[in-house]
Amino acid sequence: MNPVNYLYLSALLFTIGAAGVLIRRNAIVVFMCIELMLNASNLAFVTFSRLHGNLDGQIIAFFTMVVAAAEVVVGLAIIVTIFRSRHSASVDDASLMKL
Amino acid sequence: MNDLAAYTTSTGEAFQFWVLGTVAVVGALGTVLMKKAVHSALSLAGTMIVLAVFYLAQGAYFLGVVQIVVYTGAIMMLFLFVVMLVGITAADSLKETLKGQRWLAAVCGIGFGILLIAGISNAQLHSFAGLGEANAKGNVEGLAALIFTKYVWAFEITGALLITAAVGAMVLTHRERTERRHTQRELSEQRVREGKQVPPLPAPGVYALHNAVDNPGLLPDGTPSALTVSDTLRARGQVRDVSGEALDSLAELEQRSTERLGRKEVGK
Repeated sequence: MNPVNYLYLSALLFTIGAAGVLIRRNAIVVFMCIELMLNASNLAFVTFSRLHGNLDGQIIAFFTMVVAAAEVVVGLAIIVTIFRSRHSASVDDASLMKL
Repeated sequence: MNDLAAYTTSTGEAFQFWVLGTVAVVGALGTVLMKKAVHSALSLAGTMIVLAVFYLAQGAYFLGVVQIVVYTGAIMMLFLFVVMLVGITAADSLKETLKGQRWLAAVCGIGFGILLIAGISNAQLHSFAGLGEANAKGNVEGLAALIFTKYVWAFEITGALLITAAVGAMVLTHRERTERRHTQRELSEQRVREGKQVPPLPAPGVYALHNAVDNPGLLPDGTPSALTVSDTLRARGQVRDVSGEALDSLAELEQRSTERLGRKEVGK
C-alpha cells in the first residue's frame, strides 16, 4: 500500500465534514463537523511529513491542534450564550441581529 | 523500511489502514447523519481515536498521544458537556429554511470531494522518504528541537492565543447578577406568606425494585404525586411510574401458577 491512501482518506473525511457543515442546522453538530475537517487536515499533514521525511508537517499538525482547542473553547462559549438568550441551538434561529 | 526511499508500507499497516479507515469513514458519516447531537459526538470520538492510531502507525508518536489526550479526552468531553447543558433531546429540525439547500449542499460536497481526490491521484507518487531518519533520535526530541528553534515564535504566539481563548470563554459565559440573591430566611418567609408547600418537598417513591429519583411517590389514594419528582424531570417528561409494575407482575405470576397447577390437576 502506498501512503498516498492516507491522503485519500483525509480528503474523504474533509469532504464529509464540509458537507456536514452545510447540511446540519444544529450549531453543536456544525461545530463537530468543523472539528472533523481540522482532524482530516491533520492527517494529511502527518502523511506529508512521512512522505517528505521531515518533521515540519507534524509541527504544523501540532499547531492546528492548539488552534482547534482554543477555537472549541470560544465557539462552545458562544453557543452556550446564544442558547441562554434564545433557548435554541439551531443556526436558523440565530438569523436576527437582536432578540 | 530503513532505506531512504521506500515504495510501499508493510502488509500489516495496509490491513490496518483498510479496516480502521472504514471505521473512520463510518464514524464521520455518523457524525453528519445521526439525528441526536450525543450520537454525533460519540461517532466523532470514534473517528478521532482511529486517526490517533493512524498517527502512531505513521511514526508521529507524540501527535498520536496528543490526539487522544487533547481531542478525545478534552475537546470531546467539552462537547458532551455543552450537549448536556443545551439538552440531549434537542434534535435537529428537519425543516429547510432555504428550499433545496440540503440537496445542493450534498451535491457541492460530492463535487468538492471528487475534485480533491482527483487532484491527489494526479500527483503520481511512487516512492516516499519515510520518517526513519527524522525519528532516529526519537520523535519527541525531534519535535522539541524544531519547536524551540525554527518555530519558537509561533509557539510563543500560541501561548497568547490560549490565554485569549480562556479569557474569552470566561467573558462570554459570565452572567452578571441583576438582582440580589435571596437568603434562605427570605425564601422561607416568602413560602409562609404565599401559603403553598411550607414544609420540605416529599421524597421520591421507594419501591421493592426501584428507588431512583424519577419514580414518583404515591399519595394515600394510590395516585402518583407530581410534587415528589423534580421540576426538570417533569418538564422533560422523564417521570417513570412503576407503582403498578409490582402488582402486575404478581398478578402475572399468580395466573401462571394457577395455569400450571390447574393443568397438573387435570393430568391427574
